[in-house]
Amino acid sequence: MSKSGTPLIEVRGLKVYFPVRKGLFGKKGIVKAVDGVDLKIFEGDIITLVGESGCGKTTLGKTIAGLLKPTEGSILFKGKDVSKLSKKEYSEYRRSIQIVHQDPYASLNPTKTVFQILSYPLIKWGLARRGSELEERVRELLTLVGLTPPEEFMRKYPHQLSGGQRQRVAIARAISVHPRLIVADEPITMIDVSLRLGILDLMLDLRKKIGTSYLFITHDFGAARYFSAKGGGRVAVMYLGKIIEMGPAEEVIQNPLHPYTKALIEAVPVPDPTISKKKRMPKLRSLDIPSPLNPPSGCKFHTRCIHYMEICSKKEPPLIEAKPGHYVACWLYEGRG
Amino acid sequence: MGPENEVILSIRNLTVHYYGLRGAVKAVDNVSFDVMRNEVLGIVGESGSGKSTLALAILRLLPPNSRIVSGSILYNGVDLTRLNEKEMREIRWSKISLVPQAALNALNPTMSIREHFIETARAHGIRDKSLVIEKSKELLELLRLEPRRVLSSYPHELSGGMKQRVLIALSLLLDPELLILDEPTTALDVLTQRAILDLLKDIKSKLNITMIFITHDIAVIADLADRVAVMYAGKVFEVGDVYTIFKSPYNPYTKALIRSIPSITGRVEEMKPIPGSPPDLVRPPSGCRFHPRCEERVEICSKKEPPYIMVRPGHYVLCWLYKLGG
Repeated sequence: MSKSGTPLIEVRGLKVYFPVRKGLFGKKGIVKAVDGVDLKIFEGDIITLVGESGCGKTTLGKTIAGLLKPTEGSILFKGKDVSKLSKKEYSEYRRSIQIVHQDPYASLNPTKTVFQILSYPLIKWGLARRGSELEERVRELLTLVGLTPPEEFMRKYPHQLSGGQRQRVAIARAISVHPRLIVADEPITMIDVSLRLGILDLMLDLRKKIGTSYLFITHDFGAARYFSAKGGGRVAVMYLGKIIEMGPAEEVIQNPLHPYTKALIEAVPVPDPTISKKKRMPKLRSLDIPSPLNPPSGCKFHTRCIHYMEICSKKEPPLIEAKPGHYVACWLYEGRG
Repeated sequence: MGPENEVILSIRNLTVHYYGLRGAVKAVDNVSFDVMRNEVLGIVGESGSGKSTLALAILRLLPPNSRIVSGSILYNGVDLTRLNEKEMREIRWSKISLVPQAALNALNPTMSIREHFIETARAHGIRDKSLVIEKSKELLELLRLEPRRVLSSYPHELSGGMKQRVLIALSLLLDPELLILDEPTTALDVLTQRAILDLLKDIKSKLNITMIFITHDIAVIADLADRVAVMYAGKVFEVGDVYTIFKSPYNPYTKALIRSIPSITGRVEEMKPIPGSPPDLVRPPSGCRFHPRCEERVEICSKKEPPYIMVRPGHYVLCWLYKLGG
């Protein structure tokens, strides 16, 4: 956050709530999926959002990409509130931020060839004319994502490709319109284990070649570390709709500050039996994640935290810089900010 | 605890094919290994490596479009491949029990958990309900669930982690001596996964039980297994004790697989993907099935299938490097 200038994306006091009803005649409630997030993403940044299911990481990603509307707060694109952009500016914002989804089996139209899938955005955004220019551009894109020789892949349908190859097509489609930020939501979760790092390496390689920034969303701390550490980026940990810790990748993974991050890191199995066999459930006051319909007051982790103090249930801790570049929202670190 | 080094399950030259439009898929191909009494054997492999097919074959629960083509599965000396359905039914659940993959959908939504326990016992000829409830309470407690609350619940009232624990309790209802768990922690969050792993460690120390633990996640294997079988493209590429497999693996595929795991430990610079893609099992590569992706391949690898080599006592590798190198 030491960077200066106008961020590409700035998230300010963002809240995204969903109304729900339990059963047909049940009580109405509100799920606070994102509940007060501030985040700046600069050109070339790599940020990994990591957290358990239901923490709000996907909702935050979708809202940044313009697929969901904020309930409160705002998203600023190059310093301007996206809800106040002109039609032309809004269209530039939507083009500049592309999403790569988790399931490459569902995100590609099964009735279209790879060529058709990749030419659609190029034509829609006027980036290539039909004919040889379009073909050349599709060839370039396939080469960029490592699907070579491109001629072999252009005529194929998604079902003729492996999961890893499909995800490469989805990435090619995302970069085809020259985005400034790619929101990659669990892009390796459904890919074969041996190919996962290949997809992450490709994304990092594309940043070098075409300069995109990334918001990488994952539940996997190992993948979060790999992507952000290799790309020199940050990791942000979410819990019940809030960012509770953020900092340089290795700093957050090796020296976590928040009791929640510490518990997760302590619990994750690692590919080393001498370490992993000794692992046991970290001490928590409660194992259950509170319902997002009725989140705890104050610090949302206080119902489970072994360092619970009186203030924790009363007042929400702010995200403070406890160490240079390393932010945490926890009362234990009060006064260090 | 039973005697050590006693083989409970011995798989020999097992081959299973699926029949599809494009021809036979060689899902499990000439696989041999032993499972020792009271150990946890971890089977690790990528999707399509044949690990789930192997589990289904042991229980003779393969889908209709597939068949055990050859080989034997010796359980306490009895070849399971030769038993008829009635004989097999006496073994399933009461001797060998399975927690299937995607188990979170395995519970019947219209039945309470109590009914699940009673039905399971009844299907195996046990009609004394109070006995069954007594036993299920014991098991649910072992899995750190509140028996009274859980027994009267319906599946939708339980979280993913609770459902997984109910399924493990159900699989233990008839005191099986061999428990097969297929990806039991895969769809779970970090802390829930840790809770299940802890419980399986508990079960292992408290009950006389042998476990086969199947997963694609090699870190989970390191956590729980005593020995490991590494599968690739329908073959077991390496079997050995868990420490050797992780500290000094022999097979180039095992080495590459461990390197391809993004972990919170180890050096990021040393992690890297395996080049290429897993093979098409209708037309698998000639010779060693890993040779197109192998960094240590030599000429013979593409020509001839490698034999099993014993590289140290109880440690087997399917790789030409150890035949040639001695």
